[in-house]
Amino acid sequence: MQEFLQHTLNGLSFGSVYALVALGYTMVYGILAMINFAHSDIYMMGAFGAFYVIRFFNMGDPSPLHFTIGLLASMIFAGFIGFCVEKFAYKPLRKSDKMNVLITAIGVSILFEFGGQIVFGADPKSFPQLLSNEVVFTFSDISFQMVDIMIYVVTFISLIGLSYLINKTQTGRAMRAVSSRPDIAPLMGINSNKIISTTFVVGSVLAGIAAVLVAIKYPKIDPMMGVKIGTSSFVAAVFGGIGSLPGAVIGGYILGLGEYYLVGYGASTYKEALSFSLLILVLLLKPAGLMGTKTKEKI
Amino acid sequence: MKKIFTSSILTASMIAFASTFSSCTPKTNNNEIVIGSYSSNTGATATFGVFQKRGIEMAVEEINAAGGINGKKIKHINYDNKSDNDETLAVVNRLISQDKVVAIIGEATSGRSKIGAQIAQQYKIPMLSSSATNPDVTKVGHYIFRACFIDPFQGKVMSKFMVDNLKLKKAAILRDVKSDYSVGLSDIFKEELKKQGGEVVADVAYQEGDIDFKSQLTAIKAKNPEAIFIPGYYNEVALIAKQAKELGMKQPLLGGDGWSSPKLFEIAKESINGHYFSNHYTTESTDPKTVSFVKNFKAKYNEDADVMAALAYDATYMMAEAIKNSSSVTSENIRDNLAKIKDFKGVTGNITMDENRDAVKSAVVVQVEGANYKFISSVSP
Repeated sequence: MQEFLQHTLNGLSFGSVYALVALGYTMVYGILAMINFAHSDIYMMGAFGAFYVIRFFNMGDPSPLHFTIGLLASMIFAGFIGFCVEKFAYKPLRKSDKMNVLITAIGVSILFEFGGQIVFGADPKSFPQLLSNEVVFTFSDISFQMVDIMIYVVTFISLIGLSYLINKTQTGRAMRAVSSRPDIAPLMGINSNKIISTTFVVGSVLAGIAAVLVAIKYPKIDPMMGVKIGTSSFVAAVFGGIGSLPGAVIGGYILGLGEYYLVGYGASTYKEALSFSLLILVLLLKPAGLMGTKTKEKI
Repeated sequence: MKKIFTSSILTASMIAFASTFSSCTPKTNNNEIVIGSYSSNTGATATFGVFQKRGIEMAVEEINAAGGINGKKIKHINYDNKSDNDETLAVVNRLISQDKVVAIIGEATSGRSKIGAQIAQQYKIPMLSSSATNPDVTKVGHYIFRACFIDPFQGKVMSKFMVDNLKLKKAAILRDVKSDYSVGLSDIFKEELKKQGGEVVADVAYQEGDIDFKSQLTAIKAKNPEAIFIPGYYNEVALIAKQAKELGMKQPLLGGDGWSSPKLFEIAKESINGHYFSNHYTTESTDPKTVSFVKNFKAKYNEDADVMAALAYDATYMMAEAIKNSSSVTSENIRDNLAKIKDFKGVTGNITMDENRDAVKSAVVVQVEGANYKFISSVSP
């Protein structure tokens, strides 16, 4: 029982990370009908942004202020990278074939991964401990550290914030409009380029948040750190129904929990197989994903 | 979705095509001996590659400064394989077909050494791997050698150390399933431990690149082992040690030479202290040759020489020795003379090639103590 609880908690905390990253994939898909393969690298860039800011100000020891600054740095940096990627790589191709955009996305991803190895160096960096690793409280032999609690809290706040942005604000309404009818929305006075930019920035900021949380919990960052999480989050987004925000969150949590139970109960070799088996099953039984709506093939 | 998959296959094939582009052939110079090397200077095991390259470069510089080999200078060409299997294939091909190297000094890791070995064997170019410990590497063919001991020996050393020195019997194994090295070491450790009256209570897996090991560790914790054997590479081992400590696990962790990197302590911090691994040499050695190597390396690169650098340094000198003994510099002659190396005095100990082209030498067990490794015991073959 205690073991099960430990697996569940681990799964939920990693599921939160998947959910945050999956949201970025799903938002971009929802608005542009393209898969932003560079999203996982924006995540990586967020972690490095925070790493260098923290190092520059020499704030490597645990304190709530340093954590907040690290989080903000990563959010701003990831958001900025997301904005640039959209502006310089995808926007010029807005009118061209979907295939061209897809290839560009893969190109941008490779640029960041290998460019990162040149700029930052390929060896892993040790991310500073921004949150104290003291045990905050213990429940039936399972100890909670500050970082575990922060993962749940920050994810929860981000999801509430996102849901408010999408459903309650003018920008959110415009996003939904562009997503549902990209051809009509501009006629209603919506500046669709601006909205697309905003969507990229919001998705990237979420990735930045996830990156800092992961980097504090697993203090090893390197230019390839996004690859694995990116793949799993992409699967989570498709699994939940790509384009659907609740779908990405649910997909993230299901995948996180599933991976932990699978690894915890014996079949550790099949961890990677799980995400793709799930994906294949969903695509066979419910091609639009769990929460997805059926639309014509866009990509 | 279908279109996405098709398009990604298309892209993958385009990338593969682009990487086979060739540049012009360099001119050959009769007063030079061209030796190639490939290493993972970037990517997941970057510190291995960087230190390996430095070890080779330092040895080549020394040899050239001392007048070269029989009056000929060594020209060393190094390519980065980005810690990637496909890239390894491309760069080894390039060394042989474009740069026309007479011999190759191979990779630090077993998996990629095996890939390079297949090409080297095919073109009959002698390849000397500096630190690939998996037995299969030299089984690829009679042109493939290594300058280090093999996994069965390392697995044996650690199981013996656990039973004899630590007096523990119940072990758990946490292995990297994607790595030849880790799987080989785990299997031998399991077998040897059984022979010595111990038992393996849990055997779980992870994959290179994973960052969370809590579920594996939770499963291990439930089985209550007395020690945990983790024959992985430093990247993952560091995170495993940290998470094991977070889960309140106090068992000693044991490992192999894959732990040996300054990054291990940088990432794991104090959670790795007090754990043990088997290694090829120790910087605490009092052998004058080792002492001067450690000193010169520090002076040149301003970093401590790790074991990958030491082995690569030895491998380069072994290669030079084989070339020196060759009447004419041909790949075949170098191969024959590599096979004859006996009682070679290197910085990592005395090296003799056995009939399987594996180096026979002793191993040391060290304990992690911050950024340094404390010498605990030495085990002879």
